Amino acid sequence: MPRLHSRREIEELRRQVLSRRDPARTTVSVCSGTGCLACGGAEVVAAFRKELEAQGPRDTPGAIDLRGTGCHGFCERGPIVVIEPGETCYLQVTPADVPEIVARTVQRGEIVDRLLYVDPTTGEKTVRESDIPFYKHQKRLVFGPNRKIDPRSLDDYLAVGGYRALAKALFEMTPEQVIGEVKEAELRGRGGAGFPTGVKWEAARKAAGEPAQRNLAALPRGSAGVRGAVRRPAPNTPPAQKYVVVNCDEGDPGAYMDRSLLEGNPHGVIEGLLIGAYAIGAREGFVYVRQEYPLAVSNLFVALEQAEAHGLLGENILGSGFDFRVHVHRGAGAFVCGEETALLASLEGLAGEPRPRPPYPAVKGLRGRPTNINNVETWANVPLILDMGAAAFASIGAAHSKGTKIFSLVGKIVNTGLVEVPMGISLRDVVFKIGGGIPGGKKFKAMQTGGPSGGCIPESLLDLPVGFDELTRVGSMMGSGGMIVMDETTCMVDVARYFNEFLTEESCGKCVPCREGLRQMHRILTRITLGRGREGDIETLQQLSETAIEASLCALGRTAPNPFLSTLRYFRDEYEAHIRDGRCPALSCKALIAYVIDPALCRACMICLRKCPANAIDGGKDIIHVIDQTKCTKCGACRELCPPRFGAVRAISGEPAPPPIPEERRTIVRGGAAAREGRQHE
Amino acid sequence: MDLERVNEIVQQHGNDPSFLVQVLLAIQRENHWLPQEALRRVGEKLGAPMSRIRHIATFYKTFSLAPKGRHEVQVCMGTACHVRGAPRILDTVQDDLGIRPGETDPTLKFSLDTVNCLGCCALGPVLVVDGRTHGKLSPAKATEVLRGYE
Repeated sequence: MPRLHSRREIEELRRQVLSRRDPARTTVSVCSGTGCLACGGAEVVAAFRKELEAQGPRDTPGAIDLRGTGCHGFCERGPIVVIEPGETCYLQVTPADVPEIVARTVQRGEIVDRLLYVDPTTGEKTVRESDIPFYKHQKRLVFGPNRKIDPRSLDDYLAVGGYRALAKALFEMTPEQVIGEVKEAELRGRGGAGFPTGVKWEAARKAAGEPAQRNLAALPRGSAGVRGAVRRPAPNTPPAQKYVVVNCDEGDPGAYMDRSLLEGNPHGVIEGLLIGAYAIGAREGFVYVRQEYPLAVSNLFVALEQAEAHGLLGENILGSGFDFRVHVHRGAGAFVCGEETALLASLEGLAGEPRPRPPYPAVKGLRGRPTNINNVETWANVPLILDMGAAAFASIGAAHSKGTKIFSLVGKIVNTGLVEVPMGISLRDVVFKIGGGIPGGKKFKAMQTGGPSGGCIPESLLDLPVGFDELTRVGSMMGSGGMIVMDETTCMVDVARYFNEFLTEESCGKCVPCREGLRQMHRILTRITLGRGREGDIETLQQLSETAIEASLCALGRTAPNPFLSTLRYFRDEYEAHIRDGRCPALSCKALIAYVIDPALCRACMICLRKCPANAIDGGKDIIHVIDQTKCTKCGACRELCPPRFGAVRAISGEPAPPPIPEERRTIVRGGAAAREGRQHE
Repeated sequence: MDLERVNEIVQQHGNDPSFLVQVLLAIQRENHWLPQEALRRVGEKLGAPMSRIRHIATFYKTFSLAPKGRHEVQVCMGTACHVRGAPRILDTVQDDLGIRPGETDPTLKFSLDTVNCLGCCALGPVLVVDGRTHGKLSPAKATEVLRGYE
């Protein structure tokens, strides 16, 4: 691999890469993100490889490019295959489909109809990926390159303009100008709190500590990306003075955009980090990534190795005199490590416990030195800002929230996946235009944003524009971008209990309002979902919330009551139904529901009877089935297994189970008029 | 675990105490749990007291201080899986295996753990056995999946 010594050389390499690419050449892209791999993406790639070899055009070897790309985002319909030119998009492809795709689409340019996207309402089929409604209403700036590049190919990244912004920063701009540009773009942190990134950078740049200088000559060469190896300065080099950190400790359950960015476009994150390091004056950087993301870790290592080999990392980057190295730390599984001071403790090899701020990490961070920590998505926005210019970037989005934001749209939604939308779009558009609404004809109830520290937003507020301040005003927050959609069968008390339990477990235990307060809240919330709530419970929960908000050390404790407070604010009636009537309106809380078989609908088919794990169903062939409530464990298997054309099993809450029908009426007489008469009896 | 291998791992991390978490992670990855003698060796090599090592080994979720079963079962309890019925899946798995999260059965066949999100939300509720993802589960399907492991 050629080491690049100047801006001219990287542009020359880019020209070479592009000149080798013919837009008319057939390219088969298979999404190889974690989501698609989990549903068979790797097998699809293997099948293509085999099939292209078997029936590829022999006269022009290598005429077809096969590429495993980063996550396309439409996880609901994975594995996704896109064939260029023409952008033909096939969904839920299996290895068995591959021979036909190669024979028809690749060889003859025909469309395989049955693999196309079908609009659920109109039945219309869509060929091009970008015309699918899920994509059509998005604005894919940060996430866009993912579908075009193989995360393990530097060439692919260069082909989409990679490292152009870095060269611009290094050769055309002073560090102050870079910071000025990021400030002017009004980029706000994508990790949760939404703090202005440029302001944070400026603080780190101005913080005491020697400015960056070249003295890495003593470093071992070629060590920047060796798997598992640790790269640290040789003993006689003076320590680096400032640090930059990528926070990929994406702990919010139901949020995975940071993973998909780091895994699908690692060079994009590295480039952003390099630009930030140059602006701040840091010579060492860290990527802190959850070890639960093995693919992201391995793609990152590959990218670091490539960048090092090409002189995009290490000393004298592109001949500019700027030196920078990156270390990778795996997170060992602690939600609180997403908090920056806890993350720093973890980087130092300690338990990830937060400390009070100030001093802020910008002044006193890792090893007591100025440190700037940004979230993956924030870093990935940086090259974009330099590329398109601050003004153009700031023209996208809403008043105080500029640019786009990637959300992971999950839960009770038709189109689960990652969506990138301009700030200011309404939640309704996200749920219905992009997300395709709620599956199974159910009714939308709430959207939970901001992770465990966020809140639930009810239907009445769905027209709210998406923005940092707007979401905070209604009692939720942007957080890292999880959007969990809930329908009428989701119990809001249980949701509050769920998040509270999560945070109780993840509390590091250092301060009392969080450690003990959350535990007490959890006890009460659990009691309510078990039907043992008492008058006064809501008030006690409110008091505990207030204490946690006022007195906790870090954001985990201060925001922990949000799920309870927001569900209480918008769904108080559900709390009251649980406490006063012992009723779960969503028919979700196990202790408050019972499953019953409607004798008028049961056809005595024996399916539920045979499969009931608790043997709680009595009946027989032609004898209407009855659930013995004393034996029932409420696993719901009977309702799940009852054929939809009968739909005889239902859940009830807040009312006693009806008495079983008398024995003499339990026999079903099959066939003809006798049966109909028998049914009328019932 | 071979203590020579522990030495090597510590060496690869530059004998640097600030890489203690990373060292333990590497041992966990290779050995699937952290035996006491390995921890003691790490402590000697890095000059870290056992109190600090155990603090870390119990603070972070990834680490296990007890041996794991032949098959590691993880039930995702992330929000998306939760609203799609993960608690029922967990109940079923617990009943089937006779163990609770964090436990290993006496025959060392299965270990059960919960995880807070695997980022495969489109497939929820999700269960992972030995790194293989099983999605769109119902309690009945979960039972079937587990039956397939010997």
